Amino acid sequence: MPQIFEASKKAFITGNEAIAWAALAAGAEIMFGYPITPQNEVMHYWTRLAPEYGKGFLQTEDELSAGFTVCGAVQSGKKAFTATAGPGNVLMQEPFGMAEAMRLPLFAVIQQRGGPSSGTVVYSQQEVTLTTYGGNGEGHRIVYSTATHQEIYDYTIKGFNTAWKYRFPTFLLGDGYQAKMREPLEMYNPEEHGIEMVKTYPLVGLQGKIGEDREPQHLCNIYSLEEELYEVVLKFAAEYEAITPELVEYEEKGCEDAEIIILSHGVVSRAADDAVKILRAQGIKAGYFRPITLRPFPQKQLREAINRKPARKLLIAESAYGQLDRLTKQEIYGETVAIENLFMPGVGIIDYDIINKVKSIM
Amino acid sequence: MGMIAPAIPKSWYLPSKPHKFCPGCGHGIVLKALGETIDELEIQDQVVFGCDIGCSLLSWNFFACDSTQTHHGRTTPVMVGIKRSRPELITIGYMGDGGGYSIGSQHLLNSAVRNEKVTLILVNNTNYGMTGGQMAPTTLPGQKTETSPFGRDVDLTGYPTRGPEFIAELTPDSAYVARATVSKYKQLRRFLRNALRNQMEGNGFSFVEVLSTCPTNWRTNAQQTWHFLEDEMEQYFPIGEIKTPFGKGDK
Amino acid sequence: MSLIKIALAGEGGQGVQSVAEILAEAAYNENKQTIYIPNFGLEQRGGVSIAFIQVSDERIGAPKFNKADVVVALSERAIGRTSGYSDMNTLFVYDSGFMVKPEELPREAKKIIGIPAVDTANRQLHPKVFNIIIMGAVIGLTNVVSFEAAKEALESKLAYKFEKNPDLRELNFKALAIGKEMAEQSLKEGVGNNA
Repeated sequence: MPQIFEASKKAFITGNEAIAWAALAAGAEIMFGYPITPQNEVMHYWTRLAPEYGKGFLQTEDELSAGFTVCGAVQSGKKAFTATAGPGNVLMQEPFGMAEAMRLPLFAVIQQRGGPSSGTVVYSQQEVTLTTYGGNGEGHRIVYSTATHQEIYDYTIKGFNTAWKYRFPTFLLGDGYQAKMREPLEMYNPEEHGIEMVKTYPLVGLQGKIGEDREPQHLCNIYSLEEELYEVVLKFAAEYEAITPELVEYEEKGCEDAEIIILSHGVVSRAADDAVKILRAQGIKAGYFRPITLRPFPQKQLREAINRKPARKLLIAESAYGQLDRLTKQEIYGETVAIENLFMPGVGIIDYDIINKVKSIM
Repeated sequence: MGMIAPAIPKSWYLPSKPHKFCPGCGHGIVLKALGETIDELEIQDQVVFGCDIGCSLLSWNFFACDSTQTHHGRTTPVMVGIKRSRPELITIGYMGDGGGYSIGSQHLLNSAVRNEKVTLILVNNTNYGMTGGQMAPTTLPGQKTETSPFGRDVDLTGYPTRGPEFIAELTPDSAYVARATVSKYKQLRRFLRNALRNQMEGNGFSFVEVLSTCPTNWRTNAQQTWHFLEDEMEQYFPIGEIKTPFGKGDK
Repeated sequence: MSLIKIALAGEGGQGVQSVAEILAEAAYNENKQTIYIPNFGLEQRGGVSIAFIQVSDERIGAPKFNKADVVVALSERAIGRTSGYSDMNTLFVYDSGFMVKPEELPREAKKIIGIPAVDTANRQLHPKVFNIIIMGAVIGLTNVVSFEAAKEALESKLAYKFEKNPDLRELNFKALAIGKEMAEQSLKEGVGNNA
């Protein structure tokens, strides 16, 4: 795979730009997209880089098409991706569902904005439910929730590998703040960091003569009998569960002796991290837990963290009205820790929001 | 000497003025013409005004008429839903070239085929303005936009969409289909009046595309803006009444 | 250096985002942790443009903040829009040429400072570099970046303009220095004058 950078380089760029570069470094070959704030700049950068690196691009007529064109491209064996937000994410659930059903190596970036409907163009964490369990399926998807630009770069590269290795649709869940802000990061060629890019392969348009070298490929996402579908879904579920241990990623600090654990994801976890430091300095034993993969959720690890001391309370902080809360509760069913909430739908959360909430409930 | 203030249409909603469109934007002209037409036809209380996403979104509280903001490309079906439920209302759908010819094209097409008795006004400024100037279906060949930074390549992305032309093909003779421009105001007024008349008389579908300006994303000064509108856009998008039940019409 | 939070606000077209970007780049070039985020809303034009900058030696937390260490309002409208970011630790800066009603100024501030940036730009330099004077003032108030780093970042951002017209370089650097001096002076003096 051609190197994009001569050597790794530091950069001070926006999250959207980082995605374009990371996709390039990961060997992405074609992007399909449609304008919607706050992810437009991914396309703006990609269209300017594409000719230089021989990459493809099409702005489709809408998000349905952008999602389905990616499905087609990966079926033909090309590393393709798209990016969207808000109502665009809603539309893309149809093609994402097809990718789930047909086990397509689809990778997509979601930059969350306020919802529901047109909401705001700015920021939120209100697309968690949609990205983890959208469509008419069982949520057999892999979702990475990033918090820094370095992670945006790292997990875009990882996202492509995850998609092509496991063939469950894979998402990088960002947000408008991460999309638009500038922060330092290091951009690198995957090989320099010892990362091997998973080779792509076609599902249709294979080499060889049909009948002689190979059979024709017949791909479908519909079944005649309930029993057929049952077998398929169970098979997918078993595969998904089997790979969960190697996929799950999370971060935790200070849960060994924590009285209260603050649970958050994405950019909110930065504020939670600061909040825990300040609380500790003030004598309050706070701990920090951050799922990096929302799907599969690090439920085993969260249960362990809760039961270590054990913690008396779990505070779930999110820029949504209960989406992380609902996801967590379903994953840690049976735990008796008291769960409190800091819900700030569509609004950024700073350390003092969390600190004040902790003090009010301790 | 006393100042003569320009007359503000009665159907304009004063608390939302001055409006938020960019300096040099054509939307203000189209909405003025529409406001004057609504006043002239005395339909302010019967109008339901629907707007799309993008710059057209800024018109959601522009009129002193009942208005509803929809989703991107979904203005047409929302207007159809209203008209089918309450035929006595005058439904006016307002959208851009993206909302009409891109994400909304299937709704536009199908409503035209069904000859829905709605009036749709599509403002064509050859780009997606509010999201920062991406390519649109009506972007001209060679035109630079944020997603065609080296100029629109017709081999890769086809030719600009001529909407009124294909709408005219799909609709029966009772439909009204026209293309106007913000640089010819009286004609714009006439076309809007005919479009609304077509709905009020219960004839059928009415559609007016209006060529408009976007100096912000075109990055043009006043002179260049008018040149692009009048000399370049009009060359590609002919002005006139393409289909009208009201006699010979303006060609 | 502990965390410094700066909010810059003004009318679209005044160069608020440009100044913020240059400051953030300068901090980045000095190997500091930096986050710069613009506010962004629906409209392409119009409305108050705000930039949020954070600089620190340590990893920075949330990208936005409720209260700033320095707020600079480059237009009268921006004053009302940003007074909420001021608390008793904030240096609130505006142009002493603005007509401001007392109730529009922040209720809480460490110091409210008026500097004659517009006037100085118009009379001594050039209206165009008003925002560079402001940039100098921010540096004078916070030392968020060294003067040298600021000059370098300015140079690299405006290199193409300086090439066409070398006089611009001197003009901009002068504006930067004047702004810095103005700010340092006002810190010594105390509360600025309300016009």
